[in-house]
Amino acid sequence: MERRTIFGGRLLPAALVLPQLLVTVLFFLLPAGEAIYQSFTVTDAFGLHTRFAGWANFSAIFADPTYLAALARTGIFCALVTLLALALALLLAVFADREIRGRAIYRTLLIWPYAVAPAVSAVLWVFMMHPEVGIVGRLLNRAGLHWDYTLNPIQARGFVIVASAWTQVSYNFVFFLAGLQSISPAVIEAARMDGARGLHRFRTIIFPLLMPTTFFLLIVNLVYAAFETFGTIMALTRGGPGQATETLVVKVYRDGVVNLDLSGSAAQSVVLMLLVIGLTALQFRFLDRRAN
Amino acid sequence: MRTRTDWLAHAVLGLGVILFAFPVWLIFAGATQDAGAINRGDLSLLPRLSHLGIFFSVLRHGGADGKIPVWHMLMISAGMALGIAIGKIVISFLSAYAVVFFRFLFRRIAFWTIFITLMLPVEVRIIPTYAVMANFGMINSFAGLTVPLLASATATLLFRQVFLAIPDELVEAARMDGAGPIRFLRDILVPVSAANIAALFVILFVYGWNQYLWPLLVATDPRLDTIVIGIVQLIDAGSVLTPWNRMMAMSLLAIIPPVVVVVAMQRWFVRGLTEVEK
Amino acid sequence: MKRRSLLAGTAALALTRPAFAATPTKVVFWHSMNGPLGDELDRLIARFNAAQSAYEVVGIFKGGYAEALTAAIAAWRAGQAPHIVQVFEVGTGSMIAAGPAVKQLWQLVQESGAPIKPESYIASVRGYYSLADGRMASMPFNSSTAVMWYNQDAFEKAGLDPAKPPATWPELVEAAETLHAKKVTEYALTTSWPTWIHFEQFAAIHNLPYATEADGFKGLNAELLVDAAPFVNNLQRLLDMAKAGSFKYAGRDSLPDPIFYSGQAAITFNSSSSRSALVKSAKFRFADAYLPYDPQVIAKPINSIIGGASLWTMTAPHRTAEEYKGVAAFFAFLGQPVQDAEWASVTGYVPVTFGGSDLMKQQGYFGKNAGADLPILQLERLPVTDNSRGIRLGNMPEIRIIIEEEWEKALGGQQDAKTALANAVSRGNAVLRSFQRSVGG
Repeated sequence: MERRTIFGGRLLPAALVLPQLLVTVLFFLLPAGEAIYQSFTVTDAFGLHTRFAGWANFSAIFADPTYLAALARTGIFCALVTLLALALALLLAVFADREIRGRAIYRTLLIWPYAVAPAVSAVLWVFMMHPEVGIVGRLLNRAGLHWDYTLNPIQARGFVIVASAWTQVSYNFVFFLAGLQSISPAVIEAARMDGARGLHRFRTIIFPLLMPTTFFLLIVNLVYAAFETFGTIMALTRGGPGQATETLVVKVYRDGVVNLDLSGSAAQSVVLMLLVIGLTALQFRFLDRRAN
Repeated sequence: MRTRTDWLAHAVLGLGVILFAFPVWLIFAGATQDAGAINRGDLSLLPRLSHLGIFFSVLRHGGADGKIPVWHMLMISAGMALGIAIGKIVISFLSAYAVVFFRFLFRRIAFWTIFITLMLPVEVRIIPTYAVMANFGMINSFAGLTVPLLASATATLLFRQVFLAIPDELVEAARMDGAGPIRFLRDILVPVSAANIAALFVILFVYGWNQYLWPLLVATDPRLDTIVIGIVQLIDAGSVLTPWNRMMAMSLLAIIPPVVVVVAMQRWFVRGLTEVEK
Repeated sequence: MKRRSLLAGTAALALTRPAFAATPTKVVFWHSMNGPLGDELDRLIARFNAAQSAYEVVGIFKGGYAEALTAAIAAWRAGQAPHIVQVFEVGTGSMIAAGPAVKQLWQLVQESGAPIKPESYIASVRGYYSLADGRMASMPFNSSTAVMWYNQDAFEKAGLDPAKPPATWPELVEAAETLHAKKVTEYALTTSWPTWIHFEQFAAIHNLPYATEADGFKGLNAELLVDAAPFVNNLQRLLDMAKAGSFKYAGRDSLPDPIFYSGQAAITFNSSSSRSALVKSAKFRFADAYLPYDPQVIAKPINSIIGGASLWTMTAPHRTAEEYKGVAAFFAFLGQPVQDAEWASVTGYVPVTFGGSDLMKQQGYFGKNAGADLPILQLERLPVTDNSRGIRLGNMPEIRIIIEEEWEKALGGQQDAKTALANAVSRGNAVLRSFQRSVGG
């Protein structure tokens, strides 16, 4: 970040940063701090019997034999959702960037899925893929494919991965498109005149120039997959069959909202948060330099 | 200018549209059918054109009980979404600007403080956040709906990336020119970020639009109900038949404003805004 | 009739309003009744508000049961709790442990003198929401119980008598095998709410303890007993049927509902309140039936337990006695036979008072809706024992999920019923101990 700085002074940057810092401190750090404090206590739902518990919640987490399995499951889930959503979005964005007729219509139609509220899209997925009453699900079974995500763990996992990635493709598409649009046409013309063919041009010039966007999307997608997918998973499989689709954030939701175990779920969230921060820090260290 | 049609592009994009926009078509078709039939699994791909009136009925009479008309909920959602989108873009733009281009003492700390807001799910901090809001007396207010949702770092991260990617020549030229901070912001940063600002506006608008849990907690007065609350209110919590058709009609109406925003932003998705030749 | 005149009296009061009307005391009621249920609740509230001028109840939908409870807790911690919150039955353990955050019903009645008498409530309904000594903690409201639903057209096609559903588990297994063999429907048997029905209800009607300490009523140190032989046998029976193809496990909670509605399963288990959805969705003749019992465990099954939700009174700093009186007045209104009967008739929930149930009988509701009296008769079966009063365990939702997870693993062939339930009990007990610790017990 060093080369960039061209302005000195203390008052102006402080003033620029202040609004967001203020909002962050009041509406994130304070509540987060309280949540972190809660992870070191044992408390009931109403906060009437709060007692300090030290590391007890955390040791309970790691003593749980199913936690490591959930961790691995979550890692694979996040990786696959991110990969799928990024790859498909990039493909679509590259083609939507071309000068073809009706591209505005294509773009609008491809951004629509993001506008569908998660609760609604989950309902739609069930209407489409339910093994007995879903439009597509029924067809699959009739064709002899034994499609049943309520009983088959692997199918269940595939299902939630695809459903979760579906919303994100639109999201990524929007930013990839913006990123492609930001590439100076002069650069592309120069490359074209240099004789670089399409795929080669993409690989050597366009994709590297997209790295800042890709880096951004990588982080955002991972965070989305790790934190925001519990609604979809709950609506589709509830974490089942067995615990096949129970990712860490589903556990957090279950413990926090369904079971009102606020201190336990706070502890789990802290662990999850540290994991994601660690992963992100790694990304910053290794990818950030290359991205910029 | 190409004169022959780019078949590959149309094929890929067409396939993409079918895969991704298909569920949206289902919503439209389902809205015109019978709830009982849908519950049975008899959701047909073809809409019943004779029942298009359901959209008007839902708009005027509201989702569940006709108390709050849907157009009212759409207004609340729109206000909330606009507030969040504009608010977030403004404060993130300024913060990213400061963090990237100014050499000040707490630069790195400020960035990471803002950045970690991404990492703690809102469900965990929702009860303490509610307490903070209650202390400020902001429960059940429009400000209460929007302000807490401004605390997230997605936009800051994106702007940081965009600013870091600005070609050195441009930055050098500005420095040589003796451009002050405000002029730099106005003449270079904003045009360079135009496409990304448009993208962010679309995304953040939809993000604000689709909020469910926070408005549910904060808004006690039904007049502050967002459209998503209205929709989820219709999905079953018991064994009574969910009025699937009305729910889908509402969902389709709920998609329209974000789509309008997307279409309006198309103008900004235009290449060439980066041409800042001096 | 005493109660009729009570209504007439309240109505008369409404007609003779005082010359000046003071602003009615507001009573805020957070609920989870959406869709048509929400409509009916609004009508109920409007009737109360119109019948008197001292109080005004404001009903606000706050999401599903879990979200509404989270909202209520957040509000209480911020000192802004609603007066009344609707809490699902499995949250009763948490609410009873909530100490000063709630005002239990018996205390409310004592302080306000409202005419709410526990004896007017159906024993099994009242029992779920009462303390061990019989004092009522919360106000029963929307209640249902579990029944078996079957497709009469399918029965006929398979050669079974559509008027005589199987009454015992052995009979059910036989019927399922016949239906499966004749392939009249895709599946013979399925179920919704697997753990509620095949563990909690199963325990109740067979007079088996689900947990120690009278199913948790008598203390926080309860331990699960679902690894006992009858439960293991029942689960193994279902697993064997699944292997044979006559039983289809289709997921948790209400996810399996569409399979029966679409006619793909001939028999299912579900809440009695799914009647209204069935009427609008099913294209075949259907009827409800008593939950089947295992004659080897019990000769004459006793009552089933209720599901649904009850109404809890919450406290807040500076909440006045007048406001609590308003809550009590509203509760008393709900318990009037006319209101109870109206609510039950329209929504499909069971009436919670004897008066309401009698009134519905008189109004010919059961004559017009064949089988609608069955859940009530099942609930009214006697005697109500420690094992059939209900389940009072903390973190009950988690325990249900644990049993479902183990069941699903068993279906995948990873374990048999005995191992599954042994795992469930050890995991479940850990959950119970952590709840006990958290409430300082």
